[in-house]
Amino acid sequence: MLLLVEQFLNGLQFGLLLFLLAAGLTLVFGIMDLVNLAHGSLYMIGAYFAATFTALTGNFIGGVMLALIATLIVGMAVEVIAMRRLYGRDHLDHVLGTFGLILFFNELVRLIWGPAGMNLTLPPWLNTAVEIAPGVYYSAYRLSIIVVALVVALFLYLVIMRTRIGMLIRAGASNREMVGALGINIKLLYTFVFGVGAALAGLAGLMQAAILTAQIGMGENILILAFVVIIIGGIGSIRGAFMASIFVGLIDTIGRAFLPDMLKAVLSPAAAATVAPALSSMLIYLVMAFVLVLRPEGLFPATGK
Amino acid sequence: MNDLLTVRNIVVAAVAGVLLILPIYAQAIGNLFLLSLFTRIVILAIAAVSLNLIMGFGGMVSFGHAAYLGIGGYVVGILAHEGVSSGFVQWPLAMVLSGLFALVIGALCLRTRGVYFIMITLAFAQMVYYVAVALDRYGGDDGLTIYRRSQFADAIDLSNKTVFYYLCLGVLFAAVYLVWRIVNSRFGMVVQGARSNDRRMRTIGFPTFRYRLACFVIAGVLCGLAGVLLANHTDFISPAMMHWTRSGDLIVMAVLGGMGSVFGPVIGAVALLVLEEALPYLIEFVGGIFTSQDITTAREYWQLILGPMLLLVVLFARGGIDGLLADIRRG
Amino acid sequence: MADALLRIEGLTKRFGGVVASDDIVLDVNAGELHAIIGPNGAGKTTLIGQIAGEIAPNSGRIHFAGRDITALPVHSRSMLGLARSFQITSLFRDFTAQENVALAVQAHAGHSFRFWRDARSEAELREPARAALARVGLQARADTIVGSMSHGEQRQLELAMALTAKPRLLLLDEPMAGLGPEESGRMVDMLRELKREVAILLIEHDMEAVFALADRITVLVYGRVIASGEPAAIRANPDVRQAYLGEQEATHA
Repeated sequence: MLLLVEQFLNGLQFGLLLFLLAAGLTLVFGIMDLVNLAHGSLYMIGAYFAATFTALTGNFIGGVMLALIATLIVGMAVEVIAMRRLYGRDHLDHVLGTFGLILFFNELVRLIWGPAGMNLTLPPWLNTAVEIAPGVYYSAYRLSIIVVALVVALFLYLVIMRTRIGMLIRAGASNREMVGALGINIKLLYTFVFGVGAALAGLAGLMQAAILTAQIGMGENILILAFVVIIIGGIGSIRGAFMASIFVGLIDTIGRAFLPDMLKAVLSPAAAATVAPALSSMLIYLVMAFVLVLRPEGLFPATGK
Repeated sequence: MNDLLTVRNIVVAAVAGVLLILPIYAQAIGNLFLLSLFTRIVILAIAAVSLNLIMGFGGMVSFGHAAYLGIGGYVVGILAHEGVSSGFVQWPLAMVLSGLFALVIGALCLRTRGVYFIMITLAFAQMVYYVAVALDRYGGDDGLTIYRRSQFADAIDLSNKTVFYYLCLGVLFAAVYLVWRIVNSRFGMVVQGARSNDRRMRTIGFPTFRYRLACFVIAGVLCGLAGVLLANHTDFISPAMMHWTRSGDLIVMAVLGGMGSVFGPVIGAVALLVLEEALPYLIEFVGGIFTSQDITTAREYWQLILGPMLLLVVLFARGGIDGLLADIRRG
Repeated sequence: MADALLRIEGLTKRFGGVVASDDIVLDVNAGELHAIIGPNGAGKTTLIGQIAGEIAPNSGRIHFAGRDITALPVHSRSMLGLARSFQITSLFRDFTAQENVALAVQAHAGHSFRFWRDARSEAELREPARAALARVGLQARADTIVGSMSHGEQRQLELAMALTAKPRLLLLDEPMAGLGPEESGRMVDMLRELKREVAILLIEHDMEAVFALADRITVLVYGRVIASGEPAAIRANPDVRQAYLGEQEATHA
């Protein structure tokens, strides 16, 4: 039972992390109609920045803040230099161009930081267990991830739904020329949105870096999961991304934890041992396939946003 | 006759010529590495040609095409490991399984279009990758060595590197010819029409789904064959064969070479891999004028250059090398 | 009524809160040209979409040549003899005019799982294609890439493609859209000739053309049929005048 609670919270935490990544992706896709494979690179860069800045300053929170700002800047720079030339083009062009950026960033990181990964050490006050219920302990750090991610999600929702900037963003998605005609600087808006997406990715990256390490290529593996989330949730829909992320996070984590045991109940131990790891990895893709068969447009397609 | 003597056709003939005499040249200068490199180029060219059938002509951009390299390779590797070395069993089985896989995921993926399709093919390929990683019995992440190449009962000896090269080259030329015939046939017209305007195709009476699926399967089977050859060439199989970055490489070859023609991806494969090998020497040469750089460090810069180069090709030379050559005639 | 070529009963289509088609009843007989007119947003294109099979109605039935085709997919309806042209030109832009029409020929020439013969050299496809092009006066442009053809020529090509399958019913969605006076005149002549061999369901805004060609006219406003009958009756109908023709005359005056 305790294990289930722990795995549930882990799944929630992983799902929220996925949401941060997927939110940036779906924002950029929904508003600028841009498919950005290099989103995973920004995730990775956020992690490396955080590891570096916390080591330099000796201060965790300070290092994280600096990393977020740095990732925001890098994101905006990438938008100005490369991305804006891709707007309006075929999606294949986006895929190819941003694939090139992935290669570039992976190599750049390797040259600057070396091929071995980097560790992000947690301060003592995060590196403990917290008693969330009588006798039930959970990692303080993972708990903080859940809290921070939920706060960010709420903040995103409020900004997009309740503020003028959010309105502009939503309007820009449905009618670019109109927004431009209103005198709003569309270019600046796009750069800003891309930067925010990058910062979100960077946040997700640095949060994950403390659990695993910061390493080259870490972005690509989780990027694919983020795309699965968007497909299940419906492209362009932040709400869909939220629901789908939690869903995917829970299924993946709980599946991996309990599937081997569930299989042992049905199959022979030897068969279970071979099939279990493969099936656990496949699980989320099977779910995606299932969703596609039933509802190709996703579970929560964006009607308005 | 002048119609045929375009710059582009001359280049194509030259490339084909180079591929034909390469083993002789390699033997003459005593550089066996060159033979190995070009065997790899030829095999990946087969994969790229198969990808372009669905991508360039069918408009189906699959970011998971390397999965078939893996499936083809793993069938050979697994069977060899279990004691079945006969090519007569391995090769057909590899192609059938590739086709079946293409049939199943094609039926699912082709329900989507555009970027959704790209991402879903990517996701399914990753699924296969993770399955391979989980196969402890067959090496998992570390891979599996193949101790005996596919046997064909003395009809042909694959461990002879020159013989193997010409076999691969034969498959490549056959593949190019086959794809060329398919693309210009009635079937090819349907697939190309569906790429151009699927809605129109259905309105005039074509049930496009089944044709696109058939095309997807053909491409999968062809790439599975390339995987069989790759496993025999490297005497080794590992999940890395089907990592999504491998799929990316295939896409790059097709785009770089030119998606608009059947031979384009061959040019792309040659160009990409030759560049990858030659560039470090070039950098070292240039760098050597000013500083003394180690060749291995220079090799590391390759991805740093390839990345932006790809972006530039996408932005300014969309038709690839083939497109640029064709433009020379038009001035 | 029972032997009408196309019969639509109680067709209804809702998009969220909007009722695009409201209990539409309509029929087209062999040999007649039945025009549908109505202000913008009346749901004319949605109606065509449902008849063609691209949009599934929420309720109602569509009968064609005695068969209930309501659930039939788009391509099957084409095989039964239903052809359609699009309001916004929808052709194969990187192919030549002849290749476009040849595709339409190929669709009705058996299955296309033929992988070997060069389709462009097949007389079985080429001859009917050339004939269809000649029919609409485009034979000189057979080898021109569609992308470089004029708008009027593209509209003609759309028609040629719809005709190759020797359809029994032609669904024409604003064929005159964007045509100049001379080209419109030619299109009207062509349609008048065509009327004799194939039934036509025509959506148009060009009132001159409509009254010159139509045997019957149905008026659609906000998805509902407000009047249906012979041209003279429609012209005199007070509801129609108020809803539609009145505005038209005002703008044309």
